[in-house]
Amino acid sequence: MDLYDLYQEVIVDHNRSPRNFGKPEGYNRIAEGFNPLCGDRLTLYLRVDDTGTIEDIAFEGEGCAISVASASLMTECLKGQPVSKAEALFGSFHKLVTGGESEPGVDLGKLAALAGVREFPSRVKCATLCWHALKSALNEK
Amino acid sequence: MSATLITTAGSGFDVEKLRNDFPALHQDVHGKPLVYLDNAASGQKPLAVIEAIDHYYRHDHANVHRGVHTLGERATAAYEGAREKMRIFLNARDVNEIVFVRGLTEAVNLVANTFGRERFGPDKTVLLTRMEHHSNIIPWQLVCAQTGGGLKVAPINDRGELIVEEFEKLLTPDVALVAMVHVSNAIGTINPVRECIALAHARGIPILVDGAQAAPHMPVDVQDLDCDFYCVAGHKMFGPTGIGVLYGKAEHLENMPPWQGGGEMIRRVTFDSSDYAAPPARFEAGTPNIAGAVGLGATVDYLQSVGMSSIAAYEQELLTYATEILSGVEGVRLVGTAQDKAAVISFVVDGVHPHDLGTVLDRQAGVAIRAGHHCCMPLMEFFGVPATARASFAFYNTRDEVDVLASAVANARKIFN
Repeated sequence: MDLYDLYQEVIVDHNRSPRNFGKPEGYNRIAEGFNPLCGDRLTLYLRVDDTGTIEDIAFEGEGCAISVASASLMTECLKGQPVSKAEALFGSFHKLVTGGESEPGVDLGKLAALAGVREFPSRVKCATLCWHALKSALNEK
Repeated sequence: MSATLITTAGSGFDVEKLRNDFPALHQDVHGKPLVYLDNAASGQKPLAVIEAIDHYYRHDHANVHRGVHTLGERATAAYEGAREKMRIFLNARDVNEIVFVRGLTEAVNLVANTFGRERFGPDKTVLLTRMEHHSNIIPWQLVCAQTGGGLKVAPINDRGELIVEEFEKLLTPDVALVAMVHVSNAIGTINPVRECIALAHARGIPILVDGAQAAPHMPVDVQDLDCDFYCVAGHKMFGPTGIGVLYGKAEHLENMPPWQGGGEMIRRVTFDSSDYAAPPARFEAGTPNIAGAVGLGATVDYLQSVGMSSIAAYEQELLTYATEILSGVEGVRLVGTAQDKAAVISFVVDGVHPHDLGTVLDRQAGVAIRAGHHCCMPLMEFFGVPATARASFAFYNTRDEVDVLASAVANARKIFN
């Protein structure tokens, strides 16, 4: 397992210039993700409309390259998507980074860049931090 | 790089020879020779300790203080022999001042729940320093939540040194106890504990010292310090995990109530009431970690054969070298630059999160460091960083290893910048 499988170009790029970074106007869902083991912390903001579409999604906070890139890629991938797709992707993404079987019919797109995490068990929490925040933001009514 | 570099501190400190005593140091990690710089988290074990535990289990194991048979007597002698070794190591007056506990955390919890609980109350406080490890914060918080009262925190300066004048001002009549760290695990600061103890005692305030990072790296003399309690973790001083020592002045231990109840800590039991054993047995309920104590005794023998003063002198040389080399790496900023410092270097690297640095150093260079808040969140907040990378040294580390660290840090920057 090469280090560059973990820190692929896309990860390094999203860490250096995270997309959808900052606190957006008019959000109606918010959740915090915190990893007490390493101090990574992020806040996730969503605007979900009446039809269940994620109109806007953004995050702010601080963390390692894996957690920042993962949050950046997640927001990019979910903007404009229905909540149901976000829920489906959560399951697939979790399997991707923990080494489970991939689910047929779910295209992870750019998120696949985080597959290398599965070889670094101590870093799985970094990659999934934003997804856990997403889950609690969506469950919050 | 020379693999046979010999660095001397005083006479006869031969680091290469000492390294041979530690089997775990001689292995490759991801194809590179292991460079173990996470000693503040836990030290590696000399063969003498591993063999002492092995021998104990192969030949001498039985429960202590019970059997009249030979193995019971041997186990008891080994366990109590280890207590005497720890007495000598810390220079306690009396062997009964040495209580075996699970580790530093248990030592602090024991004092908080007995000595502390009897002194705390709504108008009382515990005085800590900003650089305490969570294990010297949470036990006091837990007891204060039940008794009332709270914590006061002595401030530090930008170099990470305790501001002694401020500490002194905080020693007001509400302070029931001072609990402070001898050497900071996160930034290496050596606190002027002797001076702090004298200041506290001048006002009749007892003081507990967290010695987890001091005992493995410098001579400790509890009589000279005159502290009321001193806590030590076995695994950080190259001994086994799950064993530690609480030193307490006899006058305190004798008057403290038991904490945990069970066998071993009683004198007479009826269903109405029981009498408790004298210290240290009063605080060692249940079958203790006998093998751990035996291993710790072997550790003390080993450390004394090397010499704590020689260890301290060698590590100071190594710290000076590492500080110079690491400061010279572009983008590196040291966190905690106390004048009186143990061989711990906390640092941040421009554009590289400590967590990523930890992974890169491990995979690329076989270097083990710690990345995170080091169980010192209030201290990290003071320095305005969520986490740092920390290289913590022991007497078996070399200048060559410092060079490997420095070049690996420089390489890591290339990945992220």
